[in-house]
Amino acid sequence: MTTESRGTPGHHVTFARFLWRAAGNATDGSWLFYAWMFGLTAVALVGLNAWARQMAGGMAVTGMSDHVSWGLYVANFTFLVGLAAGGVMMVIPAYLYRDREMHEVVIIGELLAVAAIVMALLFVNVDIGRLDRMWHLAPGLGQLNWPMSMLTWDILVLSTYLLLSLYISGYLIYMRFLGREPNPRHYVPFVLVSIVWAISIHTVTAFLYCGIGGRTFWNSALMAPRFLASAFVAGPAFVVLSLQVVRRLELFDVPEAAIETLLKIMRVTVVVNLFLLFCELFTHFYTGGHHSEAVSYLFFGAHGHSELVPWIWTAVALNTAAAAVLLGRPLADNRVLLNAALVATFVGIWIEKGMGLIIPGFVPSTLAEIVPYTPSLPEWKITAGIWAFGLMIFTVAVKLALHSMSGELRLAELAPKPDADTKEAA
Amino acid sequence: MAEQGTTRRRALKALGVTLGAGAFAGAISPIATFTEGLTLDEVLQKHYRELSADELARVIARLEAETRARYGAEVTIADDRPTEGVQLAYALNLSVCIGCRRCAEACFVENNHDRRTHNAYPRVFEMEQGTMDMAEADVTYRHAVPAEGHFYMPVQCQQCANPPCVKACPTRATWQEPDGIVVIDYNWCIGCRYCQAACPYHGRRFNWQRPELAADEVNPDQGYLSNRIRPQGVVEKCTFCLHRVRRGRHPACLEACPTGARVFGNVLDERSEIRWVLEQKRIFVLKEELGTHPRFFYYFDQ
Repeated sequence: MTTESRGTPGHHVTFARFLWRAAGNATDGSWLFYAWMFGLTAVALVGLNAWARQMAGGMAVTGMSDHVSWGLYVANFTFLVGLAAGGVMMVIPAYLYRDREMHEVVIIGELLAVAAIVMALLFVNVDIGRLDRMWHLAPGLGQLNWPMSMLTWDILVLSTYLLLSLYISGYLIYMRFLGREPNPRHYVPFVLVSIVWAISIHTVTAFLYCGIGGRTFWNSALMAPRFLASAFVAGPAFVVLSLQVVRRLELFDVPEAAIETLLKIMRVTVVVNLFLLFCELFTHFYTGGHHSEAVSYLFFGAHGHSELVPWIWTAVALNTAAAAVLLGRPLADNRVLLNAALVATFVGIWIEKGMGLIIPGFVPSTLAEIVPYTPSLPEWKITAGIWAFGLMIFTVAVKLALHSMSGELRLAELAPKPDADTKEAA
Repeated sequence: MAEQGTTRRRALKALGVTLGAGAFAGAISPIATFTEGLTLDEVLQKHYRELSADELARVIARLEAETRARYGAEVTIADDRPTEGVQLAYALNLSVCIGCRRCAEACFVENNHDRRTHNAYPRVFEMEQGTMDMAEADVTYRHAVPAEGHFYMPVQCQQCANPPCVKACPTRATWQEPDGIVVIDYNWCIGCRYCQAACPYHGRRFNWQRPELAADEVNPDQGYLSNRIRPQGVVEKCTFCLHRVRRGRHPACLEACPTGARVFGNVLDERSEIRWVLEQKRIFVLKEELGTHPRFFYYFDQ
């Protein structure tokens, strides 16, 4: 590689130093940073403990049953695949439309993809009855039922997307650490592949459900388009909030134009998302009969059971309110109101693409029985734990990326004299 | 000063890492209950269809020993293979079924089901007279049968010729045998439950906990692919009592039926009762529109 010719040590040395410095950087910070990470660690450990107990005692500790055999874990998994795909709404403007301001902060979208996929995969893992047999999925070693099982497709596209996102963001951070301009030939082709891949992960995840003929609620061709529409609401919402935190903490000078572009995208997707929901509801309710039973249970309850009714109406209210704020110009100019709308629609889609999507697939059951489901305390603990862990990954990754850009995380020989040195001299 | 600050920070970090590692170890410790029951042989066991005769014999010996240790029961686990020229099918006469659920009870005893959940593969639906609408049916009825204005429809795995569950399984842990029975290798299933989501007949059950079974209630006559006591965290299903029917006996649910509503046999055998029913009666299958092609048929006699 070219490093030798420049008199610096080879990549095996500089990359090791990079990892060492990154580990130091990741564990250094203000009191606020320590408090945040400490809090997240505590929640993650509570989740870990609940999971260890679930492994020992069996999945009977969850609220799931043979009638509702997937619950909160798969709900979160589905939403997080969308969140991971949503980051692509930064990548497309930055790389396909050469939006310079977006390009400056695009790495946040790529790191969001990494954190979200890690969380999504963790949610799959905690839902598996026999984690000790996961090697049965390993190509070559096990018996991967590809291409028949949609689950194998999902595993393959998700792992590939994780690798792509890790490589792209890792390469960019490492190059900045070396004080070098990233070589477009070494990463832009992967970025272009990752754009298609982002669409594919959520499409395949939708196919996982809509390919099941026995469950009317899922068996809709609109599933994949709806998944993507909501992903492109939740993803940008999370990124816009993160960018404002980054700006508030003075970690990076976030260009306003990047935020504006994301909001413009959201103004379209938030409406498309509601429109597609409306199309789905029309088909179910106008047709009526058994076709509408799951949706009736979801929105109005059935046979004295209304477990999901508060959930789904909250989601609809949050998403509609957010759409009103985003589209009403004077409202959106109020930053507090805007941020409230972003949080609202994020939560709204978490419900809609989570509990609101998974549970009505099982209630009523395929034999028309109504067996309700409510998540148990261990399920909530494990869910909170995975989210906390994912936020830790995202926090540290964004910190490293921004520090590599500002020069704080740089190979010692190249580093500009930082403050610490001046202090030492004094 | 600065050096002192750095040292203090390093010391604090080291302390933080130590405490963190301690907390981690503490939090994850309950998993020991899961791992101590595991043997390396079990974790590394190959897929049923890849086991040589020797390997399978060793696996079976291990499983028998485990049952002895865990449940205090002496059992024999057989590996009955399908017979060539046999295609199994089941038919059920809805005109004579009285909804007594003796089929379910027989299944419960025969197939070593979990005592806590009282699982059984056949589930009997009490249907409203005049409709085939399952939404009008009741599967939890508790009263004398047959009740006025009702008929009864037992539903269990339909042993589909085009099984959506087999398609769904990511590890090929479930498959269709040459005689038509859909089976699961309980030692290969990872417990993702995608097959449960895919099954339109509620034919599959998950072991949410390790099955509970008293030693004297264990049926010692077991099959590797059928009624051996299932491990925690895997899916199970009806196998037409494979360990019985492949030895020329009837499924337990049929044997228990007091009204003769159940007919079972080899459809390729021209003189079999099942063949006669399929040819003479106006039969139907559940959810025909899904294209699953069940091997489980229903008919009304009158």
